[in-house]
Amino acid sequence: MKPRIDDETIEYIGILAKLELSPEEREQAKGDMGRMLDYIGKLEELDTAGIEPVSHVFTVENVFREDVVTNGDMRGDILKNAPEEKDGMFVVPKTFD
Amino acid sequence: MGKQYETVIGLEVHVELATETKIFCGCSTAFGGQPNTHTCPVCTGMPGALPVLNRQVLEYAVAVGLALNCSITRYCKFDRKNYFYPDNPQNYQISQLYLPICRGGSVEIETGEGRKSIGIHEIHMEEDAGKLIHDQWEDCSLVDYNRSGVPLLEIVSEPDMGSAEEVIAYLEKLRTILRYLGVSDCKLQEGSMRADVNLSVREAGTEGLGTRTEMKNLNSFRAISRAIRGERERQISLLEEGKEVVQETRRWDDIREESYAMRSKEDARDYRYFPDPDLVPVAISEDWLEEIRRRQPEFRTEKMARYKKEYPIPDYDIEIITASKHMADLFEETTALCGQPKKVSNWLMGETLRLLKERGMEPEDICVSPEHLAGLIRLIDEKAVNSTAAKEIFEAMFDRDVDPEQYAEEKGLKMVSDEGALRRAAEEVVAANPKSVEDYRKGREKAIGFLVGQTMKAMKGRADPGAVNRVLKELLSKK
Amino acid sequence: MDLLRLTALELGAGIKVGEIRVAQAAEAVLERIEKKEPLYHCYITVDRGAVLRQAEVLQKKLDAGELTGPLAGVPIAVKDNICTEGMLTTCASRMLGNFVPMYSAEAVKCLERAGMLIVGKTNMDEFAMGSTTETSAYGETRNPWDAARVPGGSSGGSAAAVAAGECFAALGSDTGGSIRQPASFCGVVGMKPTYGTVSRWGLIAYGSSLDQIGPITRDVRDCAALLEAIAVHDPRDSTSVERKDRDFMGALEEDVQGLRIGVPGDYFGEGIDPEVKAAVLKAADVLRERGALVEEFDLSLVEYAVPAYYTIASAEASSNLERFDGIKYGYRAPGYQGLHSLYKKSRSEGFGPEVKRRIMLGSFVLSSGYYDAYYLKALKVKALIKKAFDEAFSRYDIILGPVAPTTAPRLGESLTDPIRMYLGDIYTISVNLAGLPAISLPCGTDAGGLPVGLQLIGDCFQEKLLLRAAYTYERARGDFGLPAENGNALEREGE
Repeated sequence: MKPRIDDETIEYIGILAKLELSPEEREQAKGDMGRMLDYIGKLEELDTAGIEPVSHVFTVENVFREDVVTNGDMRGDILKNAPEEKDGMFVVPKTFD
Repeated sequence: MGKQYETVIGLEVHVELATETKIFCGCSTAFGGQPNTHTCPVCTGMPGALPVLNRQVLEYAVAVGLALNCSITRYCKFDRKNYFYPDNPQNYQISQLYLPICRGGSVEIETGEGRKSIGIHEIHMEEDAGKLIHDQWEDCSLVDYNRSGVPLLEIVSEPDMGSAEEVIAYLEKLRTILRYLGVSDCKLQEGSMRADVNLSVREAGTEGLGTRTEMKNLNSFRAISRAIRGERERQISLLEEGKEVVQETRRWDDIREESYAMRSKEDARDYRYFPDPDLVPVAISEDWLEEIRRRQPEFRTEKMARYKKEYPIPDYDIEIITASKHMADLFEETTALCGQPKKVSNWLMGETLRLLKERGMEPEDICVSPEHLAGLIRLIDEKAVNSTAAKEIFEAMFDRDVDPEQYAEEKGLKMVSDEGALRRAAEEVVAANPKSVEDYRKGREKAIGFLVGQTMKAMKGRADPGAVNRVLKELLSKK
Repeated sequence: MDLLRLTALELGAGIKVGEIRVAQAAEAVLERIEKKEPLYHCYITVDRGAVLRQAEVLQKKLDAGELTGPLAGVPIAVKDNICTEGMLTTCASRMLGNFVPMYSAEAVKCLERAGMLIVGKTNMDEFAMGSTTETSAYGETRNPWDAARVPGGSSGGSAAAVAAGECFAALGSDTGGSIRQPASFCGVVGMKPTYGTVSRWGLIAYGSSLDQIGPITRDVRDCAALLEAIAVHDPRDSTSVERKDRDFMGALEEDVQGLRIGVPGDYFGEGIDPEVKAAVLKAADVLRERGALVEEFDLSLVEYAVPAYYTIASAEASSNLERFDGIKYGYRAPGYQGLHSLYKKSRSEGFGPEVKRRIMLGSFVLSSGYYDAYYLKALKVKALIKKAFDEAFSRYDIILGPVAPTTAPRLGESLTDPIRMYLGDIYTISVNLAGLPAISLPCGTDAGGLPVGLQLIGDCFQEKLLLRAAYTYERARGDFGLPAENGNALEREGE
């Protein structure tokens, strides 16, 4: 499989990743992505039939917290780095829903 | 009139779990805090913060799975669902796609059409989002992350329902089970239970499924019923006009009674799920599963059967009382204290139901404690209060769980047990009403009723009507 | 006495017995920083006043006998993707140009518990994405051995600061070689511990399943001491491992008798600089002479590690970096219209080109229709690579090889061709995929006087074995010295 990286793909990824590229960046990205995908496409050479995908290399399992409140009010700290704040909340452009 | 259509409905029900803390951090899940006061670096998506799973969430999820006859995924994982929205501080939601905690269960429902089994496709654990508040004065929205990270179970049914009636029956059944388990208070209005309706229509008798839409923002059974009806009609008229139903998410506006598409160019609905590398897998051993199974409560069907054996109360009462775990608990605990199931049941079936209806409340909201209800029954048995006073006391108990003894004392609702006072009052009434006395003596026994009433009035209602009757008869029989 | 010539443990010992005041060490480092920073630019943030104040506090604690550890009072630098409470933490990105965390990383807490003095935050490749420290939004760091060359990356600022005497030790983070490779280029010791050994709480994630914090030090003893200080089980990091064998200092013995060392032939094939090859093989000989059983073998799958790594790391990064959206903290672009415009403008202006490149690649490989072909495939290849290591470790105690194919390249040479740059990580990356520990230590210089790094790779949790072998080699090799002492840096500053 060899995906075609065209303007539409870059536009689509831009929507997913919330990135807006200038025309030059867009051209650059098309080339880079194409070459990178060719490169990682090398993995296809390997036969991985019957191999279980591994996300964690060794078996740490069942790590839990107990259901006990440990955090107090830290609103001041939480909001300290906010670009814009109002009434103890983060300000964002108007959303509808 | 052309073709006949049938409706195919599946539900995605989100339930907020009644844990003390959030799913991945030690913040409180309590309602009503000032904005962002129940937040920390984890549930606000600060750089470098990491999630750790709340054990209680997992155990609740397993308990629900067992109650809904699901198979429990013995090795389950969390995945990230990636999408940008301000209520989602990491811009990914930790959820489960590939190995959800439960799969393949069922729920039995009963409607006018009879019994039916509704399949459960899967149940997964996930985190709730924060809240967006639309600023009234400025053209902006404000984000409060107090709800961000509150644990949710998403219960996904099979598309096994065909009408609003079945949907409501399924939701009620689900709610009863979850409340019996004590894992959620399941309040639609407050959002601790939310249902998204997936609906499609097809020509009656055909096999395949039509294109479905998903409807959100349904926060009452009434809204759900109306939305189902509205969406069914919308889809049918599209098909009748030869148009296609578009697979999309729609938002129900219950005031305008119509839905509209929630679509945007920026909403690609491509969530790029992948296993969350910050969390480790959960492996559920046979022992652990057994332990959770052992802790399962008695569910409604078993409880009903037991009540039939143990308590001399009508089947109808059993039906009503066990519909709510909370009411059933109140019944059992009060009965254990006073030993009079019939009287307890009467209070629940009579005054309690009346006041619930009057106040627009659910049985889950009853705040009367078993001790106080048993206390009230004792006061009546001891003839310390009469039935009118008892009702007045109960209403106060219903509203704020007052101590009946103390309340009766304070409000002067207790019977006067002083025989002398009663006798004096009766004598005065007899003296003041010669006409009635004469009637009674002539054999019109009913005339005594008036005299009793007058005596009670003179006693300001604080006398035992039986005693009044006895004293009056005594006086009238004397010549 | 020139304090800056001391190792961290030597300095710590001097402070402990009261021969050296913490303030003296702090002033020596600050003076060095003042003199060298205009050229090397190892740091993004140094708060001189805070350092001196903290030195006083630590001295009081030392005097009161409250701090007794071997590293108490020793100035240390922290990579700028590791959160420090109340101190700017930028990830070398414009995106976090004003971000002051409300919490410290667990590793930083460990340094505090050890009584170490945090000098400042070191430069790095933006969000740890790069191998040269040239992708930093705040300008590149230069290699103290040759200021015309890169220090490596992404922990280039940390490695260069240790080499330049601008601190006595540093914390770095290693996702695909980001501690070992700059340590190699800068002639210092760097270790990537077994995944889960050091808490990731407060480490700003790049590839969460691969990231690991580790020490960068002047010698192997310092490395063991620093590792001992930061290796703790942290209940706030689900992937943190509870380890009993945390007494790493105890592993510092000169003994490799009978140690089975495998040298993967496939690490010495095409692309490796002959001088690097010669230096590394010579190091193998040194260990053989000390009684190790050295044998060549084929590790296999080496060429698949880099593509598997870039798939996994980019995918995880695309998700990890979603939180940078201009709403809760960090950069918010001016002139946006509506929510999505705010996201897009803030992220497009806040992130540099390499970060955007990896986010886009990562978003693509996870997107609908491609997940199985790329991401899932890469996780399967990861399983195969892990298996290849398991087989190797059934025969050998340690794997020995180069850290990087070359010594430090010139500034500006690498970024032009991403894939070539990525290939520079070919010997380090598979270690992260398999979660293994590995150490990089200098084993010679090339004709230009640039350090060559030796990499020793161990099986999971075998840090002690690695430290023992590395220590034995280091003792045999003799003092490697700092660039200034070798004369290199001073001579080249004029260029």
